[in-house]
Amino acid sequence: MSELIRNSIRFILFLLFEVYVLHRVPHLHRFISPSLYFLFILWLPFVVSPRWLLLIAFVTGLTLDYFTQSPGLHAAACVLIAYVRPFLITVLMPRDNSDFNYREPSPQSLLWAPYFIYVLILTLLHHGWLVLLEWMSFGSFGDFLIKLIASTAISLLLIITVELLFPRNMRYRTNVGG
Amino acid sequence: MRNVILFIRRYFTFFTFLFLQVLSLWFLYSFNKFHQAQFLQTANELTGQVNGRYKKVENFFALGDENRRVHTLNDSLLNLLSQQYIKTDTTRQLVRDTVPSDTLNKYRRYYFRPAAVIYNSTNSEKNYIQLDRGAAHGITENMSVLNSDGAAVGVVVNVSPHFAQVMSLLHVRQKVNVALKKTGDFGTLEWDGVDPGLLLLKGLPKSVPLKVGDSVVTSRYSFNFPPGYPAGTVAEIISDPGTNFFLLKVKPAARFYNLQYVFVVENLQYSEQAQLDEQTRKRIEDPKRNPR
Repeated sequence: MSELIRNSIRFILFLLFEVYVLHRVPHLHRFISPSLYFLFILWLPFVVSPRWLLLIAFVTGLTLDYFTQSPGLHAAACVLIAYVRPFLITVLMPRDNSDFNYREPSPQSLLWAPYFIYVLILTLLHHGWLVLLEWMSFGSFGDFLIKLIASTAISLLLIITVELLFPRNMRYRTNVGG
Repeated sequence: MRNVILFIRRYFTFFTFLFLQVLSLWFLYSFNKFHQAQFLQTANELTGQVNGRYKKVENFFALGDENRRVHTLNDSLLNLLSQQYIKTDTTRQLVRDTVPSDTLNKYRRYYFRPAAVIYNSTNSEKNYIQLDRGAAHGITENMSVLNSDGAAVGVVVNVSPHFAQVMSLLHVRQKVNVALKKTGDFGTLEWDGVDPGLLLLKGLPKSVPLKVGDSVVTSRYSFNFPPGYPAGTVAEIISDPGTNFFLLKVKPAARFYNLQYVFVVENLQYSEQAQLDEQTRKRIEDPKRNPR
């Protein structure tokens, strides 16, 4: 399956899941709003250049925004994490396999601990920006701090569950053999 | 000059980031003006298509519930038909008025249109509902929306040719004029974005006798809503000693989690009322035009 088709299918599945499952299920509490769609940006291949990354993230966010009737809100958060992603990957990539042997960020390619940090930082940034923008239009700061922590925690839980449920079968690319 | 171009090329990614970020924020903060633009209407049509297909599947799971509700409503309407009444007085002859009943229709004030809900959210602080009827079916902004029980749901804020967007009562900017059914005193129904199960009723004076469980209905002062339709029941009375007004928590009469079919109610005199209101304000509040 080509990269383009694989990622297009992922894009559709993530957005449908976000709009029709996560936004439909009554929330456990008003502070806990899970979200998973941005994992699509976290899973994009290494080969995507930073500029394309920004554009793809913008489109992803905007598509979700049209479903939730808040144009620009998710797009801003997605563009932010897409901008930070390349820097994080350079820092967290294991030194010994410096040329990219793997297709995309995953627990296998980055190893579990750095991958968890990668996900944690980007989730925190995404929710932080989202919650900040919401807080600026109305609400109290204390509430939104709790909301940030609670939403990040539930999203991390979801992401780890997804990683365990759907281990991505990563091709090990070498120059030797096939 | 060459250095400037080099600088821009070097930091091109960063500038792209800044540009997209500013674009997103512009979308976000100019939403009120922006949402009327054609751009979003097109998007509304697209998401409407997807939402419509999803709803087709979802509808199957709630048919029984909905049927029962429609049936009870039909039942109550059938009871109102004149043929259900028998004239007991046989000593007097019934004289029919020669004016055809059609001419009375120009005094009709409210017109009901049925619509189906295709997208609905309750989890956000700003909840919107999408309906499968739009400008092509005669829906315009500022029409009120009632559910199949007749309970208040929201107000239409935006229409595209085939879909309409409704600002739910569960929206922090929503304000609806309501009245207490028992006494007729009116107040404003709002929502603070905290609990989808509780709305806030403000502006009722403390002199009004009040109990938990009292009904709150739509007021006859509202421009959008027809009067007397249920909005909720008083769930908790918060008596703030600092003011002369009650702060009430109201349990909404409509169940926002499983909305399926709604009535879009048009106030046929809305534009006339709104225009009169605006003209009055202009005339009284503009001191130059009308010196006293």
